[in-house]
Amino acid sequence: MLWEIDLHPREDVVDREAAGVRDDAAELGIADRLEIRSARGFLIESPSLQPAEVEKLASDLFADGIVEQPVCAAIGDPTLTATPGSAAQSDQLLQVLLKPGVMDPVAQSAEAAARDFGYPIDAIRTLRKYWIAGADQQQLEAIGARILANDAIEQVVFGPLPFDHLQLGSEYQFALQTIELESLDDDGLMRLSREGQLYLQLAEMQTIQKHFGQLGRKPTDVELETIAQTWSEHCSHKTLAGRIAYRDENGELQFENMLKETIFSATEQLRAGWGDDDWCVSVFRDNAGIVRFDETNNLAFKVETHNHPSALEPYGGANTGVGGVIRDTIGTGMAAKPICNTDVFCFAPPDTPVDALPPGVLNPKQVMRGVVSGVRDYGNRMGIPTVNGAIYFDERYLGNPLVYCGNVGLIPHDQSFKEAQPGDLIVSVGGRTGRDGIHGATFSSAELTSESDSLSGGAVQIGNAIEEKKVLDAILTMRDRGLYSAITDCGAGGFSSAVGEMGEEIGAEVWLDRAPVKYDGLSYTEIWISEAQERMVLSVPEQHWDEVQKLCADESVEATVIGKFEPTGRLVLKYDDQIVCDLSMDMLHNGRPPVIREANYTPAPTEPLNLPPRDNYTADLKKILGSYNVASKQWIIRQYDHEVQGGSVIKPLVGVQSDGPSDAAVVRPVLDSRRGVVISCGMNPRYGDFDTYHMATSAIDEAMRNCVAVGADPSRVAILDNFCWGDCEKSETLGSLVRAAIACHDLSLVLETPFISGKDSLNNEFSYVDSDGDKQTIAIPATLLISAMGQVEDVSQCVTMDLKTSGNLLYLVGATDDELGGSHFALVNDLKGGTVPQVDAETAKTTFAKLHQAIKHGMVRSCHDLSEGGLAVAAAEMAFAGGVGADIQLAKVSVGSDSVSDAARLFSESNTRFLCEVTADSAAAFAEALAGVPLAQVGQTHDDARLRIHGTVASEVLIDAGLEELKAAWQQPLAW
Amino acid sequence: MAKPRILILRAPGTNCDVETAYAFEHAGGEATALHLNRLLESPQLATEYQVLCVPGGFSFGDDVAAGRIFANQIRHHLADVMQEFRAAGKLVLGICNGFQVLIKSGLLDTDDEQGAAASLSWNDSGKYLARWVRVSVSGDRCVFLSGCEALQLPIAHAEGKFVVRDETAFQKLESDGQLVLRYSEQSGSTDDYNPNGSAGDVAGMCDSTGRVFGLMPHPERYIDPTQHPQWTRLPQRDEGEGLQIFRNAVRYFS
Repeated sequence: MLWEIDLHPREDVVDREAAGVRDDAAELGIADRLEIRSARGFLIESPSLQPAEVEKLASDLFADGIVEQPVCAAIGDPTLTATPGSAAQSDQLLQVLLKPGVMDPVAQSAEAAARDFGYPIDAIRTLRKYWIAGADQQQLEAIGARILANDAIEQVVFGPLPFDHLQLGSEYQFALQTIELESLDDDGLMRLSREGQLYLQLAEMQTIQKHFGQLGRKPTDVELETIAQTWSEHCSHKTLAGRIAYRDENGELQFENMLKETIFSATEQLRAGWGDDDWCVSVFRDNAGIVRFDETNNLAFKVETHNHPSALEPYGGANTGVGGVIRDTIGTGMAAKPICNTDVFCFAPPDTPVDALPPGVLNPKQVMRGVVSGVRDYGNRMGIPTVNGAIYFDERYLGNPLVYCGNVGLIPHDQSFKEAQPGDLIVSVGGRTGRDGIHGATFSSAELTSESDSLSGGAVQIGNAIEEKKVLDAILTMRDRGLYSAITDCGAGGFSSAVGEMGEEIGAEVWLDRAPVKYDGLSYTEIWISEAQERMVLSVPEQHWDEVQKLCADESVEATVIGKFEPTGRLVLKYDDQIVCDLSMDMLHNGRPPVIREANYTPAPTEPLNLPPRDNYTADLKKILGSYNVASKQWIIRQYDHEVQGGSVIKPLVGVQSDGPSDAAVVRPVLDSRRGVVISCGMNPRYGDFDTYHMATSAIDEAMRNCVAVGADPSRVAILDNFCWGDCEKSETLGSLVRAAIACHDLSLVLETPFISGKDSLNNEFSYVDSDGDKQTIAIPATLLISAMGQVEDVSQCVTMDLKTSGNLLYLVGATDDELGGSHFALVNDLKGGTVPQVDAETAKTTFAKLHQAIKHGMVRSCHDLSEGGLAVAAAEMAFAGGVGADIQLAKVSVGSDSVSDAARLFSESNTRFLCEVTADSAAAFAEALAGVPLAQVGQTHDDARLRIHGTVASEVLIDAGLEELKAAWQQPLAW
Repeated sequence: MAKPRILILRAPGTNCDVETAYAFEHAGGEATALHLNRLLESPQLATEYQVLCVPGGFSFGDDVAAGRIFANQIRHHLADVMQEFRAAGKLVLGICNGFQVLIKSGLLDTDDEQGAAASLSWNDSGKYLARWVRVSVSGDRCVFLSGCEALQLPIAHAEGKFVVRDETAFQKLESDGQLVLRYSEQSGSTDDYNPNGSAGDVAGMCDSTGRVFGLMPHPERYIDPTQHPQWTRLPQRDEGEGLQIFRNAVRYFS
């Protein structure tokens, strides 16, 4: 029997959910001033639940009687659909349910809690209900589709529910599936690749055809799937680790393995040069890169992307992106303890008109809200502070937003490596396997289209953070007791990639029928490739299995033996003792034909940038402060817990009212130690339109500047690369990426800043058919995120960017050049051309080192890096964050040549520059510490709450504004 | 004098247990984190401790409502143990999610003949919020707040709005001196001083004995001076203001 318990807001309580829907309907232009009532409900399937027991559950488990009114009845009872309260009878009821099989964590918890009452419960599902008056059918459908439900995971029911029991799955009948390959021609192979969602290329399909031809048998479906997962771009990074012939204005370069010969190679050279002082521990081999932290611990750092899932279902995509990268650090070495998160997003501008959206594209504001909520709910629930982030806006992210999720973990020195042993049991720990996330790995390697939504709904998932938190608690205990010999996460490809990776050097046999499933009916293939969340795989010596099982049970975590690492060199899968897959590990991991690509790059010719005539730049400054990239992200930051774990030192918002933008975050991961971890990032896709070489060096410089500005030691900064690019089968697109990788190599070597891990996401393009019937493709701009992890010996040496007191001196560190190309001054004024900022590597290295010494010795009261908007924006942010005014004289700025205009002095985005506040007492020592670095005392702080900037000619005032109006300009655009 | 023993009671989804244990240790106590499953198996384990603390986090995911499922576990299986613990003159502290658990389990003396008279519900903003607040102490009922007048502490919650059934219920708790911690104005701040719309600006409350205390702000997040959001602007301090709450609990047994 199916019961329903609805919870209505009590009459005297604001119905916030309904108000939100009403406001969204008005904002989207669907309907104004609708009358809406909302409720949340629970469907309870039980063989014998009594009415009194339902009432008891309603009052003692589900409803908070002070704010909620429960309504209970058996399904079909009219009280469940009647309009609550006094609203009109003509109200239409819309009910929103998760589609069957979609993760419903609230329902899972409710099931356990209801059973704790001693009642027989088969299953529980949640739903949301909306009674809407004053809307016609078309408006109701628009509200359902665009506000209430995302079709990828949810369904809307108009009126009463059309069922009287919950679907619990049906029993699976085993039947071995084989695939005919031998007879297929090239077209047939490619059709199979596409229609089977394998997304393999022709040469790869031909290799597989030949392999099974030699074996004299047909492949099974699960064998094909396993090969497709292992060979997917997502899992093997075959393009960038492949053979590339690159050509640019300097000539030709041949790479056998492009990433290895650029970025990895720089790190190897640095490590060799450091010899005994090498502080890298494990780079480019494990799920995260590892470096040394203190006498006991190392740090692991990984940043991943979750772009395609977030495009279809922003909340679930971002949610599982965070969950996935956390599992990366948990699955590094013998398990790191996650200590902080960093999240960077790229969206189309949130004010993109609704009628300008191509078919299949979600409104960017909706995407942004969903992504932020997804990150918030996972990070906060895991108890991992989200301390750093950034958001970039560009029209070209419209159909393909980017979601980068990063996590730092702390790991003891002696737990930093792992090796599965022959004879070890393969143990699945954590969540159950369901149909969710089938084909995530292959899907993420394909291009998004307006039909992706219907094609790949299975790739979209919702996370359950508490499951992962339980798994983490259990794993850290087991790690410290030495109960397993290796661990990895179930990420893209599920068991397929986890077991395949761990057993690559040994061999494995897996008993798929033993994997715990969420519901009946899963085929052996679905079990093997499901990307259901919150699962880890351990390699457990047989003698420890009992203890593993007990410790997991103690934490309410499910642990199951699903196989054994056998020294056969083969991957054998069985279902009910029948072999469904038998592949050699060698074929799987080394059998893929090399990808060979051409890459070309032609730098865009430099065009002059024509400055608009101006005698005052105050309006330009406000426009830049209010541009989306620069504007305050307080609305987002305040939703993230950035202080959990108790080690917060420098928060994302700083200053006298905690609302100024910090350059980097600092946390103290060991509570009885003073040593700190510094997290920052750098990114500037706009520079890539000029030259991806300078875009990459600028991103590295920016990440370093942000770290150094708060006090990090530049000789202990490790960085990560995340390349998000368009379709790299196009040689120009791949060329722009190779060029960026060469830049990473070059600057990393000079700065002695090692790359320790990285990830790429290619094919970030969105295709649709426009109203004329023509195919249109939007490629994202070349987007390289550099994430930096620095260290500070004693956190009390850290500084923040807010001006502290009047009467101090302001120093500009670094030289300013006429580099307005790609700048925000050019953006807000719609100016084309100009020279893009470049990095002088040697000067950068010296500057970072010397400034660090000055900060470390307490000579600097505040420090801010110069990035988007240049000197003017940095000065404004420092002033309004500190509530302290400043005067700046542009004539004093160190410039590359005398011809640098006032506009460039104000807004040029030249690299390696900082604005520092220094007391008069420290001025001489500061100047001495920075000797040899371009340095100028450009101004002073004062009591008047205004920022004034004087030009080079006769000191005329070019900018004069009150701090409150500057702050308002900066805060207003994203104050949602 | 033996160090007082503190039981940090964690459940699936608890996530402030480590720093809360550290705060108690820093204050001179001996803290042990214990999973709720252990206490359910062996309730008598509680007798070995002088202080029981339910730390912050998202117990059971805050699914259904924040703290509800944990509170039901206490109501169903641990009610006697908790009453004995309190009757023995011992201390109970609930921080954030722990406060939600305590109030929903009835341990803060908010139940009357009509059922629960007070609870914690969604913030007026409808959103999770992380920021710092100033709180002031009312009265001298609460052991944990002895010697404290005003504190600056961070909050981080979505369901921290103190709600009461009606004005009479509020007056009863007020006149009994249970509403011991209130959000208060801070000069120079432009943010609303009451971050969630709590009735009577209530940020924390105690039971009728003053020995069971729940609060939404996180005192364990202000133990070290560098945890304060403006520490780079302030004169150097020796410790954070949250430490006093833990020290009061430890000293109560010294």
